[in-house]
Amino acid sequence: MPIEILMPALSPTMEEGTLSKWVKNEGDAVKSGDVIAEIETDKATMEVEAVDEGVIGKILIPAGSEGVKVNTPIAVLLQDGESADAMAAPKTAEKPAEAPKVEEAEKPTRQGSAAAPVPAAPKVEAAADPDIPAGTEMVMTTVREALRDAMAEEMRRDESVFVMGEEVAEYQGAYKITQGLLQEFGARRVIDTPITEHGFAGVGVGAAMTGLKPIVEFMTFNFAMQAIDQIINSAAKTLYMSGGQMGAPMVFRGPNGAAARVAAQHSQCYAAWYSQIPGLKVVMPYTAADAKGLLKAAIRDPNPVIFLENEILYGQSFEVPKMDDFVLPIGKARIHKKGNDATIVSFGIGMTYAVKAVAELEKEGIDVELIDLRTIRPMDIPTIVESVRKTGRLVTVEEGYPQSSVGTEIATRVMQQAFDYLDAPILTIAGKDVPMPYAANLEKLALPNVGEVVQAVKTVCYK
Amino acid sequence: MAPRKTASTSSRKTAAKPAKKDFNGGIIADFSKEDDLKAYREMLLIRRFEEKAGQLYGMGFIGGFCHLYIGQEAVVVGMQLALKDGDQVITGYRDHGHMLACGMSPRGVMAELTGRRGGLSKGKGGSMHMFSKEKNFYGGHGIVGAQVSLGTGLAFANRYRGNDNVSLAYFGDGAANQGQVYESFNMAALWKLPVVYIIENNRYAMGTAVSRASAQTDFSQRGASFGIPGYQVDGMDVRAVKAAADEAVEHCRSGKGPIILEMLTYRYRGHSMSDPAKYRSKDEVQKMRSEHDPIEQVRARLLERKWASEDDLKQIDKEVRDIVADSADFAQSDPEPDASELYTDILL
Repeated sequence: MPIEILMPALSPTMEEGTLSKWVKNEGDAVKSGDVIAEIETDKATMEVEAVDEGVIGKILIPAGSEGVKVNTPIAVLLQDGESADAMAAPKTAEKPAEAPKVEEAEKPTRQGSAAAPVPAAPKVEAAADPDIPAGTEMVMTTVREALRDAMAEEMRRDESVFVMGEEVAEYQGAYKITQGLLQEFGARRVIDTPITEHGFAGVGVGAAMTGLKPIVEFMTFNFAMQAIDQIINSAAKTLYMSGGQMGAPMVFRGPNGAAARVAAQHSQCYAAWYSQIPGLKVVMPYTAADAKGLLKAAIRDPNPVIFLENEILYGQSFEVPKMDDFVLPIGKARIHKKGNDATIVSFGIGMTYAVKAVAELEKEGIDVELIDLRTIRPMDIPTIVESVRKTGRLVTVEEGYPQSSVGTEIATRVMQQAFDYLDAPILTIAGKDVPMPYAANLEKLALPNVGEVVQAVKTVCYK
Repeated sequence: MAPRKTASTSSRKTAAKPAKKDFNGGIIADFSKEDDLKAYREMLLIRRFEEKAGQLYGMGFIGGFCHLYIGQEAVVVGMQLALKDGDQVITGYRDHGHMLACGMSPRGVMAELTGRRGGLSKGKGGSMHMFSKEKNFYGGHGIVGAQVSLGTGLAFANRYRGNDNVSLAYFGDGAANQGQVYESFNMAALWKLPVVYIIENNRYAMGTAVSRASAQTDFSQRGASFGIPGYQVDGMDVRAVKAAADEAVEHCRSGKGPIILEMLTYRYRGHSMSDPAKYRSKDEVQKMRSEHDPIEQVRARLLERKWASEDDLKQIDKEVRDIVADSADFAQSDPEPDASELYTDILL
């Protein structure tokens, strides 16, 4: 059966082209790979190679023809022993198949269409925090110790968990978060890496793709910018790109945001950055209990989790319940203090400003409900909306840059989901829109302060 | 560009440069009849498959980017012959050949190219993003060089688990200039990780000739500052590839750390489907095709040694064409993914 040679598409966007030259003529034998014609697209002149073997029986579109639509038959190829007579009923090379119905609905390309309605995004519901049995001893613990305990407990529990990063082993951690881990677990599971963020992040992701559960420590998330391709393009997207076959069950953790006087390159908050990426979970705890419970959850989570800590919080102490296995749900906000007059939502180090502001406002008779978001993605919007329905007023507090911040995201969602309950515009307190300055006075100005938070709450309360 | 001495040697001579006495790379393995027939069939499958993919692209069934492996078939087929169960493979975006060589289903690969639900990634990955846990194929990566760190991580995992498996990390002469490649070399050498770095030097990084992009064009020496041994191999001769692969894999398996194989190879087609390939002469392409074609070499050998008749080879051709035609039919008739798949496989 003769085969029709069709006008090919030679780029992702080509719809038609000029058949500029025939390299083979009627009667010429061709085999796979032979150049048979030249076609001019909007970008370049391309050679067309034969796919099937045979003899050119007839040229249907002469050289020099312009505006030849993709998939127009341009020649007929005769196969072994066929004569030109057989051309009466040529067979199309690929019998341009009955493409699926949805495909042809919009345009006749064979690359589908978006005719189907967009399905709704699935709703995620996080579990509630576990009950802490009455009489459980509460132990004052620093965030630093809580993080270390979380890793140690999970490493005891699961042989596939290991920690890697710069200075995590022999130096005991640049910020002493991995103190004692080398002694307990040995060099096989507590691994000092060279200063090579992009590379070791990739090594961690590769190991995770086989089912191991790496904890990759960045000395600071500022350095993780060198590794962000592996975090986003490899860790976050592999599960989707593989149709669910493999992903990256791992944790990227380390201090994030400003410390003190470390200037622009070491003082950036990445909460909003990572929170934009589907395929990641982003956790940013404030208290030691949350740090412990959420890090344990992050290590067990089958997805890549970004775990944002803060150097200033490392040394702060909080009560942590003394329990065998204290694990908190990722994706659930915690109401730090109940209140009725206004809602503040904050997270991580932002909570330090919020907590002080709430105490000051209380003295002035304003009863604030303070929500610690804890997880930035997936974001617990229902808890915020429920609070706003009660208070009618919302202020967000964070240290990161103001544009496209976590606060502006919260404001958008609350506006969409609780517009009728709002009694005032939502105010977002964030770091100033500047690289972090070094000078002590300027640094102080660049960060949020308690006064700004107090003032914002008064403003939304019209006081 | 001056022709590379090594790549233009005849198939009978060794193209490898044994830099160390314990490496015989390039001393061509004497293929048995079965080896040659197997190599012939597998390379032909890749060739025909890629030609069909090109055709389906031309018909609009395949969209976006599509990078064909035509010309380089001996590299993956030869390397794969040296592996055992559990060894892992990872590569960049020119990945269809690697997947077929790993034994992944032609239907699954082709249907992924057309973005259909029966594709290996349910239609959600496309040409550059396919994976198979079952066949130990870890992608399919579109960010040039990323697979080198990831492949080093696969080796890390083998070491961590204490097994004797080896990972193969393929990348091109273009990727060889990425920074993370050297970060990975350093860690692999430092920790003696069992990874074979296979640099498929097809002479052009998209449209840029090796000599215009690389200060050191002998890629086998790129690991020198980390003490990683490296060898150049005639990547157009499947026997040379297999011989080098056997030694490289054994090197890794026995705990000696990483090794680099530079495969001197050539891609006949453009970088991607929309590349008119004006950066090289037609003669250059034609010369490689007529004098060094990896499939023709095996074909000639089979006939010369009377291991196969023309009819036998025609029969193989037909079987391969049937497999490819079947995969193309499937890839065109299989439905697109259901709309509900939009939100699946994002988180577990």
